[in-house]
Amino acid sequence: MAEPTITLNVTRYRPEKDRAPTTQTYVVPYRQDWVVLDALNHIKDQMDGTLSYRWSCRMGVCGSCGMMVNGTPKLTCAAFLRDYYPQEIRVEPLVNFPIIRDLVIDMTDFMEKLKSVKPWIIRKEEKPVSEGEYLQTPAELEAFHQFTQCINCMLCYAACPVYGLEPKFLGPAAIALGYRYNMDSRDQGKDQREIIGNHDGIWDCTFVGECSVVCPKHVDPAAAIQRSKVDVTKNWFQSILLPWGQR
Amino acid sequence: MATEKTMEPLWWGLFSAGGVVAAFLVPIHIILVGFAVPLGWTSDTGALYRIWWVKLYLFVLIVLPLYHWAHRFYFTLNDMGLKSISKLLAVLCYGGAIVGTFVTAWILLKI
Amino acid sequence: MSAVGPDPAKLYHQKIPATWWLTNRSYFLFMLRELSSVFIALFLVVYLCQLYQLSKAPDAYNAFTQKLNSPGWIFFHLVALLFALYHSFTWFQSSAVVLPLRIGERLISRPIVTALHVGAWAVVSVIVLILFLALKS
Repeated sequence: MAEPTITLNVTRYRPEKDRAPTTQTYVVPYRQDWVVLDALNHIKDQMDGTLSYRWSCRMGVCGSCGMMVNGTPKLTCAAFLRDYYPQEIRVEPLVNFPIIRDLVIDMTDFMEKLKSVKPWIIRKEEKPVSEGEYLQTPAELEAFHQFTQCINCMLCYAACPVYGLEPKFLGPAAIALGYRYNMDSRDQGKDQREIIGNHDGIWDCTFVGECSVVCPKHVDPAAAIQRSKVDVTKNWFQSILLPWGQR
Repeated sequence: MATEKTMEPLWWGLFSAGGVVAAFLVPIHIILVGFAVPLGWTSDTGALYRIWWVKLYLFVLIVLPLYHWAHRFYFTLNDMGLKSISKLLAVLCYGGAIVGTFVTAWILLKI
Repeated sequence: MSAVGPDPAKLYHQKIPATWWLTNRSYFLFMLRELSSVFIALFLVVYLCQLYQLSKAPDAYNAFTQKLNSPGWIFFHLVALLFALYHSFTWFQSSAVVLPLRIGERLISRPIVTALHVGAWAVVSVIVLILFLALKS
């Protein structure tokens, strides 16, 4: 009895000789407990060592293995073959990013955007160590906790059509990260994260909402962006209508 | 604050207000204007539109959703591939809403 | 060692087509939601035209109302109503995302916040209907 198999159609792009990406078909064993990443590892180990892709923890915490699986941005360590079998599976690099090789994309823009929101606690005045820790109630933690869960997997950028159309858009993960610090009771640096309220920050977003749908850690960047819009708008109207009493 | 450089909060604020007005009030008014009166479920001579606070209500009902449309349609046209004529689209959309504001006021005052 | 990284000249830049919104169901529904604003605006323009006729004379108003009793206009208002309801519902869903509501310490779930908005919409609609019937002549 022949072992069941499943077909993967995988993007190949070799910059030293290809003008454009092509598709290569691999037939791999079908195992009940395998994820797409297992299939890719099988291809690399047993069939074609030239296939290039990123992966690490294989358990959904490192954010390395994000790719398009049948057109949807997914962590390949979380995409089970049994959810697609017996249909063929298309594996492509994350959209909206330049392709370096095969399934590996260039994440430079993403890294720059994360840095641009100054993702660290900013204090007007540091508390000396002798005065002890910054105390935080459970409610204060809850206000920003979900936005700390981002694993930088970039699925949200692949899901966002605005980012696809406008590469200058700050993007879901970066804005959610900035929001995380703005909502942290220990932080006093909101006025240094003005990039969020600038033209290619929150204002490019049209609340498609796909970023939150694909996020594997339920960060809900769409919520962070819309709440930031309310916040920035309130402050803007206050500064126009009541120019005195500003911080 | 650097956000004063961008006027986006103004347009987004109007978009939001218009969205709320449209969401809560437009369906019932479509039923009244588009079905109830023309189909004879109820009669209406239009006299109620002379009441001053009805005019005020109508001003809000008609004008705010125009800004909602302007903002949304501007972004939609950009996202559908017309980014190259972005500035023209802004003038047509937001300008259209502003013209609509004055036209609405003029008509309501005339009634 | 000099800086490493991909050769920028060899990067393949993926472009998304202008028809991106036709490629999956979520994007398509998003576009329908956005286009609902067009039908809402169109209806309000029709309403404005009717009010303009009223500003000319009551007979002009009645004539316009008669014109609305035709298959074409009824169909338009049906389409407009469907889009307006779609706008209302998606707006209430969005409101639940933007405004985290609490009872004391506990967060109210999003489906419930949406349902509360729908309830409020029903109440407001009935109030408008009652006011219209009371004030009209």
